[in-house]
Formats: sequence, structure tokens, C-alpha cells
Amino acid sequence: MTAAVKTSGKDAAALALHRFGFGAAGDQIAAIAGDPRGALLADLDRPNAGVPTVDLPSSGQAARAVFDFRAEEQAKQKLALRAVKESEANGMSQNGASAMTDAGNTAAVPKPPNQPPPLPQQILFNEAKARFDAAASANIGLVERLVWFWSNHFCVSADKIPAMAGAYEREAIRPHVLGRFADLLIAAESHPAMLFYLDNVESMGADSVGGINRDKGLNENLARETLELHTLGVRSGYSQEDVTSFAKVLTGWTWFPPAELERGGEFVFSRRIHEPGDQTVLGKVYPDTGVEQGRAVLADLAHHPATAQHIAQKLARHFVADEPPPSLVTKLANTFTASDGNLKQVAKTLVTSDEAWMPQRQKLKSPAEWVMGVLRLTGTEAAVPVPRIMNVQAVLGQPLWRPPAPNGYADIEAAWIDGVGRRLDIANELAGRVGTADPLALLDSGLGPLASADTRGTIARAESRRQAVALLVMAPEYLRR
Amino acid sequence: MLHAPSRRELLFASGTLFAWSYMPRLAHAEGRDPRFLTIILRGALDGLATVAPVGDPNWVALRGNEALTLDSKVAPLKLNDFFALNPAMPNLHRMFKTNEAIVVHACATPYRERSHFDGQDLLESGLPKPVPSESGWLNRALGSLAPGGKVDPKGSKVFAVGPVTPLVVRGPAQVLSWSPQRVMPASDDTAARLLELYRHSDTKLASVLEDSGRMSAMEHSGDMAQKAGGPGPAQVRAYFSEAAGNAAKFLSQPDGPRVGALALDGWDTHVNEGIAQGRLSQLLGALDDALAAVKTNMGTAWRDTVVVLATEFGRTAHINGTDGTDHGTATVALLVGGALKGGRVIADWPGLKEADLYEKRDLKPTTDLRAVLKGVLKDHLRADERALAQTVFPGSDSVKPMPGLVG
Repeated sequence: MTAAVKTSGKDAAALALHRFGFGAAGDQIAAIAGDPRGALLADLDRPNAGVPTVDLPSSGQAARAVFDFRAEEQAKQKLALRAVKESEANGMSQNGASAMTDAGNTAAVPKPPNQPPPLPQQILFNEAKARFDAAASANIGLVERLVWFWSNHFCVSADKIPAMAGAYEREAIRPHVLGRFADLLIAAESHPAMLFYLDNVESMGADSVGGINRDKGLNENLARETLELHTLGVRSGYSQEDVTSFAKVLTGWTWFPPAELERGGEFVFSRRIHEPGDQTVLGKVYPDTGVEQGRAVLADLAHHPATAQHIAQKLARHFVADEPPPSLVTKLANTFTASDGNLKQVAKTLVTSDEAWMPQRQKLKSPAEWVMGVLRLTGTEAAVPVPRIMNVQAVLGQPLWRPPAPNGYADIEAAWIDGVGRRLDIANELAGRVGTADPLALLDSGLGPLASADTRGTIARAESRRQAVALLVMAPEYLRR
Repeated sequence: MLHAPSRRELLFASGTLFAWSYMPRLAHAEGRDPRFLTIILRGALDGLATVAPVGDPNWVALRGNEALTLDSKVAPLKLNDFFALNPAMPNLHRMFKTNEAIVVHACATPYRERSHFDGQDLLESGLPKPVPSESGWLNRALGSLAPGGKVDPKGSKVFAVGPVTPLVVRGPAQVLSWSPQRVMPASDDTAARLLELYRHSDTKLASVLEDSGRMSAMEHSGDMAQKAGGPGPAQVRAYFSEAAGNAAKFLSQPDGPRVGALALDGWDTHVNEGIAQGRLSQLLGALDDALAAVKTNMGTAWRDTVVVLATEFGRTAHINGTDGTDHGTATVALLVGGALKGGRVIADWPGLKEADLYEKRDLKPTTDLRAVLKGVLKDHLRADERALAQTVFPGSDSVKPMPGLVG
């Protein structure tokens, strides 16, 4: 296997840009052909790589702003209803009846054209734009790919918490994608977006003061998904007792309700609803140290061998193959364990392992990754409106920050391949924006030596630039990495 | 689990090319208020299949069973004793009969190579050679309008909404534009080319694409044409009509634009061309509907309208080994509109004997497309002839504007 692997030259450069970045564009293939691995390592070693540079509202600010917005909307509706009732009382009941129906149904109120979108949507658009811009402007994009990977691993859904979905990625994921896994884990599980998404804000210790007074108790959702999805992995040896105990540990991890003027939407540990007492998780006793009790459990989960194996498997699957080489998974898990979960070291092991450079391209790009590649290759990211990019991703089954379940979007070919027919229509649409760029030059930029003679001929024979570019980004060499 | 989108969602945004020149101040001294629309047919239209030289003794030998002849099962529509129109175009035929259409045959741009991209660039730039250009002849024509003519050059704008403006209207005059709501889905032709590529290189992708349902209409295009058309052709029809019909709506308004352009793709018929029944027939039918939509939507402005349909080059005179035609040279230019002195086929017919063909394979060009365009621009829009030869179509001194196209 090792003998077949090339790690320098244009082939390797093009392979690296597709497998570890968002696909080649411009003169990138030539630029890194001398040392593709070195270019990937340099991407990881950039100071502050991954750290957000945009100035957008924090998740707390966004949650409070959205609460205010909704309160105002509600007040407006109430005033409208009140006006209807007053006119009814004044004997104008005939018209009043229908007006009341309208006023009570927000969907029936027509929106004036060219109005800015409502605030929650605008917040989401701004966050999406920041994400798209970061990916489009990244040199290679390995770190952005890692951001997308970890954001999907620790996913929340904008369907449940639209105000925070983007801010969550900036606050909990980005600062840690090249840091320690334990820090990433604690940042994700303690983020108000996650606490709300997985219902921990509802969970109370049955024996806590709050629980007793309100006759409420545990919600296990966050504890279970942390074990099953975020750390150890399913069927890795934990029991229902572990889940229950861990859920008790996590009680009190909550937020200030968004209605709170000063700190609404921010994390708070509330001892009032925290289950008192020691808890045993995976055979270890954790004394009740308040919020530190949960941090201690998470720190131990981060260092558990099953976690190393689970993360290694997912990373290798994401970057290399649906069924990744076991030797690669072992290497990644070993680095994970030996480096105290240093994710930069793990990423470096990934890009320096021969198994990750196999010339066979076994992964079908996910829709979101593919769309970003097309936008980068054609230089059209800035020209396509953000809502349209989001719509395109949704049409292809991968709406931004709206995974169907807490396990995030699937990372295997079977999940996406049936959408290839739809991709063609999207390719056709995006290719319509290319203008007078030379399709064969784009082919050299986007695929270089990866392009087969068949693909090159198909593009050269296309009846228009638009068709040529659509065929280019739909070629097997472009879809697969 | 996955979000399954409907077709409707694909129609959310736009992707077509229509742009126009906005000319707010018009001189009505001559009692006319000219409208001019250019439709670029990308992909190289088969002129011989569109307007067949049924009177040429060498015609049938070139195309065999695919040749349109007056005794074909689906007979073409007779234009005169020598030429007949593809049966998919009854609206164009009616316009011809009422002197509202002109066919210019054996016509070509000065381009003599066979690359679509270069050919389209040259068609739209108006330059004599395929060199990069930032502007198109229609935009530059606005600067050539004679003072005191029908259209005041001052205040002229080229107006363009939409993601990409066709090169033909790009240039110094301000560009504004409009796009249909409808997204043009990838054509069956694009899908067929992709499927062919997949079959050679990735059989799994090939089987997925085959199963996606979009291929059914195309794979059996002969059979399907007799049914009412699959979803593919129907969408193309709707798209062509919406794009061209809306262009006409804008042009027809009293204070609307006066000059516009749009591009319709899909004419590169290498395989299973389907001249009488099948792919080309469906495309020509869609184009025919679009021309009818232009006439309808122009309303009373139709009498002041000229529409020119042009393509980058023609196709081989012979049919090829896959029941299609390859890139050629001369083809047809079609003109419709109430302002025309129509009902004529204009052709200096070069003949179809092997010795008469360009490079022994293509219909030989005997009319320069620029002469047609210059004739329309000069007589319909009152463009200045010197400017036409120097800035609109640089280096075209020897190509005189064709006289008498406009009534």
C-alpha cells in the first residue's frame, strides 16, 4: 500500500486540496505541488487558525434580541386584536369577524416586498455568511473543514434554537478545533445552545430544592448523547445507570432564560436544581463539587480509550473513506491518547499518514462541501446571495445547521449519492454565473492531473461554457475525493 | 430523514440571460418606435434541419432517413419551391406567410473554426477574430445611433437583471437586466453527456443518474416525442416561453427598454438529433412557442419589432455515425417581427455537392451574418453606417449592410 502513495507533485497536490480542503481553485495545485503535506501542516500551524474574526452578536446577545423581537411582535398582534374587539364592540361586527381571523393568524399577514428579513432570520443569514466567507477565503481550507467536522459532531439545530446556531459554532467549536478535545467537549456541552437543544435546561435533580418544589426531575437527553455521540460511542460499555448518574451530574447546567435583561441566554450553573450528592459514572465516584462535578466527568470521558477510538474512526471516515483503513484509525487514536487529546496533533497525524494519501478517491463529497467547492472554483461565493446558498444546500438535503437528529449529517456515500441528479440542476444553475471564464482553464485549476481524458474531452466538447462548467463540477473526479 | 425538496424549490432563484437596452427618449417623427430583440442560440443550430433545402437534388443523400422532404411522414412546412421549415415550427411558418419572417440561409459569422466557446464569443462580441472582448456588438451599437434618429443615443442604457449578462449586451452603456423566476434545469443533453461520462468512469454514479428519473425522456427520445413530451421538454418549453415572452412584455411598454438580448441553450445535437421527432424537434417547438409568445406579448408594438435569432455556427451537412451532426460552419439566421419585409428566404445557395461544401463537410457560408445584423441596425434602429463598420463590427468595411430587410 505504501509504495503506491505519492505525497508530492501535482497529483498529490490536487488530491490533498480535494480530500483535506474544499477542492482546488486558481493556481493552488501548482502552488503546493512541491510539498502538499507541508502546505497542510502549515495550514494547521497558522496562529489563531480557526478562530473567528467576525464581529457578530454573542449567543446571549442574540437570544435576548430575538426574545425582544418576538415580544414586540406579540404585542403588535395583541394591539391588532384589541382594535378588532373594540370595533366589534362598536357595532362593526360584520367586517370585524374576518379581520379578527386575519389578525390572529400571522401567516395570513402579507409581508411588504423588499423588507429586510425578520431578526431571527437575519441573525442566521449573518452567521451563515461568516461561515461561507471563511470557507471561501481560506487558502487550503483544512482548518475550516475541521470546523465543519466538529460542528457536525457536536451539532445543534437552528430549527430548535435559531438565534444561537451560528454563534454556538463560533463560541464553542472554533476556538478548540486545534486545541484539546477535553476543552472542546466542555465548551460544547456547557454552551447554552447545546443545553437547550438537548433539553438539559429542563432537567432537575429530583432531590434538589428546585426539583422538590416543582415536582420535576431528570431529563437524560444530554447525558446520553454525550456518551453515545460525543465521546465514548454507542455500545462502548456504559450502562443505563451511567447515563442516569451522569444526567444527575449535569443537572444545574442551564441558562438564564432569554427574557432576563442582563444575562439572558448565557450559561449558569444553578445549585438550586443540581442533584445533591456523589455520583458514580463508569465505576468512578465523583463527589458533589457543583459545576466541577460535571467538568470532572467530561474530562475523564475525554481521556477514555473508547473516546479516542470513536473520534479516530469518525475523523478517518470523514476525510479518507467510509470504511477507513484500521491502521489509520489506530494511528489517530494513539496520537489522541498520547497527546492528551491534542486535536492539532491528531490532524497532523492524519495528513502525514500514508493511508490518507491513497490515490483512490473513495469519498463522495457531501452537498455542503461540494457547493462550497463549486463556489470557490468559479469565484462566485460573494456573488451568490447567502439565502440562495443556504437554499441550495437545503435542496440537496444538507440545510445549514439543521441536521435531522443529534447525530448530525451522515458521513457516508449512501446518504448522499441519490441526490446526484439534483446536484446536476444546481451545477447547471451555479455554472450559469461563470460568465466568460475558460472551462478548460477551470478544469486545470479544479482538477489538474486528476481529470481523466474522458472528462477533459467531455468538457472540451460541451455546447456552452455553462454546460462545460456544470459537467466539470459533476465529473466523478470532482464529486469524489 | 433527509429533506426531500420539491421541484418548486428549485424554481426559487434564477439563472437566465436576458438583458435590454433602456431608451427612455424616442423620436417618433417617423411614426415608429422600434423594438429590437436578439436571441442567441448557444450550441450551434443545425440550419439544414431547421430550414431544409428540399429542392436541392443532393439533400436526401446527405441525411438519408433523417432528411426532411416534402413527402416525409411528418412533412415540413413549405416556404417556397426550394426550402421547407421544420414541422415543429408552425408559428414561424404563419409569420412567414404573413410576411413577418425572413430566413437567411448559408449564413455565418466570420469564424471558421469549430469551438463553441470561441464561436459564441465572436458571435456576441462582433469582432472578426476570437479574441477576448469586454463588450458586445449590441451594446456598442447604442453608441452608433445617429443623432436625430428614432432612438436618442443620449440616455440609452443597457439594462440587465440576473446573474450573468450575455456578452452581446455587455459594454460601456449601462447594463440593467431581468431574470425569469424559473430556473432552467440542466438539459437532457447535459444529463446525457454526464451519463456517458459516468458510464465510462463511474458505473455507480451512472446507475444513480439513470435511476434519478431525469433520463427517461431522453433515452427514448424517438418514442417520447409522440407522447406529449416528458417533463424535460415541457420545462424547456416553459422556460423558453417565459424568457422570451417576458422580454417582449418589457419591450412593448411605452416607456420600457427598446433593445434586448437573451440566450437559449441546448442546440448541440451530436447524437440522436431527432430532427422530425425527438430532441431537436422538441427544442424547435419550444423556440416556436417562444416566438409566438413574443408576438402576443408585443401587442401593438409587434409592427415595430425585429427579432434576430443567431447561433455561433452550423453543423455538418452529413449525418454522422450516431444519428446526429457535428460542428459545422454555415447555418440559418432567423428574423421575425412586424417591421420586416418578410416572407422571404434570402440565400445565395452554395449547393450541397461534395465540392460545394466547405472543407467537403459543411454548408458553405455565402452570407456574412454581420451584413444581416448591420442591415437591421442601420434600417431599423438608424445606426450610423460608419460606426457599424468601425466600432460595432470592427473591420467589417467590406461587409455592407443588407438592404431592404425592414419594411
